[in-house]
Amino acid sequence: MSSALIDLVWQSTLETLYMVAVSGLIAALLGVPLGVLLYVTRPRQILAQPVINTLLGVITNVGRSIPFIILLVAIIPFTRMIVGSSIGTNAAAVPLTIAAIPFVARLVEGALNEVSPGLVEAAQSMGATPLQIILKVLLPEARGGIINGLTITVVALVSYSAMAGAVGGGGLGDLGIRYGYNRFNPTVMLITVVVLVVMVQLFQSLGDYLVRKSDHK
Amino acid sequence: MITLERVSKTYGSGGRAVQALEDIDLTVPKGTIHGVIGLSGAGKSTLIRCVNLLERPSAGRVFVDGQELTALDAAQLRQARHQCGMIFQHFNLLTNRSVYDNVALPLELMRESREAIRERVMPLLELTGLADKARQYPAELSGGQKQRVAIARALASRPKVLLCDEATSALDPQTTTSILSLLQEINQQLGLTILLITHEMEVVKSICHRVGLISDGRLVEEADVGDFFTAPATRLGREFLNDFLELEPPQALVERLEAEAGPHTHPVVRLTFSGDSVSTPLISRLAREHGIDVSILQAKVESIQGRTLGLMIAELMGGAEQTRQALATLESFDLHVEVLGHVQRTD
Repeated sequence: MSSALIDLVWQSTLETLYMVAVSGLIAALLGVPLGVLLYVTRPRQILAQPVINTLLGVITNVGRSIPFIILLVAIIPFTRMIVGSSIGTNAAAVPLTIAAIPFVARLVEGALNEVSPGLVEAAQSMGATPLQIILKVLLPEARGGIINGLTITVVALVSYSAMAGAVGGGGLGDLGIRYGYNRFNPTVMLITVVVLVVMVQLFQSLGDYLVRKSDHK
Repeated sequence: MITLERVSKTYGSGGRAVQALEDIDLTVPKGTIHGVIGLSGAGKSTLIRCVNLLERPSAGRVFVDGQELTALDAAQLRQARHQCGMIFQHFNLLTNRSVYDNVALPLELMRESREAIRERVMPLLELTGLADKARQYPAELSGGQKQRVAIARALASRPKVLLCDEATSALDPQTTTSILSLLQEINQQLGLTILLITHEMEVVKSICHRVGLISDGRLVEEADVGDFFTAPATRLGREFLNDFLELEPPQALVERLEAEAGPHTHPVVRLTFSGDSVSTPLISRLAREHGIDVSILQAKVESIQGRTLGLMIAELMGGAEQTRQALATLESFDLHVEVLGHVQRTD
């Protein structure tokens, strides 16, 4: 394997990691609160708001139903507004983030739903405010499930980032398509896939480790 | 300390409305342990949740320590809830908090300082026998230990009232006993008023001073525990008592029982003795005065809150007229006579 190819793979790996890290981080920062809102505004929940809940639900579903490759090009004006360009790694991170937010939100909502209603009731009997219930009961008790959801999101982002090539975002997927597929170079294709497999394995193992460490169930 | 005034609770509305509680009046004096017993679905859980307004009554008023909770806004209610500790059937401990941090939770919610929390939590862990478990997590504890943590947690905010929602129903008999004695200790040492709901007569018998019987959302009977166990006023009360004492006629006898008396039958009666009648030699009097042979099929003596209770299932063997007089004699004493049925003579 030539050193040029190694450089190319290394460069692409960094691009993939960069896109996944940026979009994963921002999606977590926005998706977790959205997930909490989706949960606590449900009927019979601590901040039951049926109208808001339905509205948030619809927005979340719309976000999740748009195929990523379409989202990628559809929001180009928005991307340009945020990062000043519609091509490049940063430009690819914008649609990745947009796609990941509702994904994270639904997974967080699901994790919160696993928290026993009895715990919320106990906190209420102690005179906890809704905010205290969220911060001291719901989020800490759902910690394992939330980390699990974020791990799933990161792995999905690795896969989605392969489409970033469509807007010149680079990354391993793009490398595989351009060198491996378009130039009929099976070695590059194989290396790309192997690096992606290893990356996903590492993310999953890290996520599992964090779940084990944080959860005392 | 706790007063419920004509409390009703209806779920749903219109044709599908379900009345969970109907016109409940209940008073629990300071320092007493009051039990409410009933079958599942009778409204027990709703009743106890109405005291700290986890369920808001559809009608009626709730007072705790003279304060009308039903008149408070959300913020005032949160303050008032510090006066009411609560423990649950399934403990409801936070799994991701250590024992210490679970007990500290109510104090954190009240924004107490770290030092104040420490000074409060450690004695509570001593009281509940958990001092060596402070750093462990609930998953590492047994059911009884979990309920002890829950009790310590409920006491952290120095409440005046402790609400127990089926607190021992998920525990084995031995653990139940130890939790009940802890509750009794708390009641005596701290003067805490306790309202508990349960479906177990054992719980009522062991620690309650007064008991209410709930059925279909209504309090159908209320009495001192001694009275309730010796002379329940309602049919449901007697059923609870008989189940508790396991004084049901044996199956072989039940199969032979006939509802109507015939020319060749003997009555089978269930006698409940209490008070003076316990020490009266009734059986020998029946034999002597009425010429009746009494065949005892089952008997049991229980001591409840210092009062003796005797139960007996017996066949009265004699002629029709003698048996009638014997029954009249029995009823003239301070005891409850119930004719279960009649069996064909075998003699």
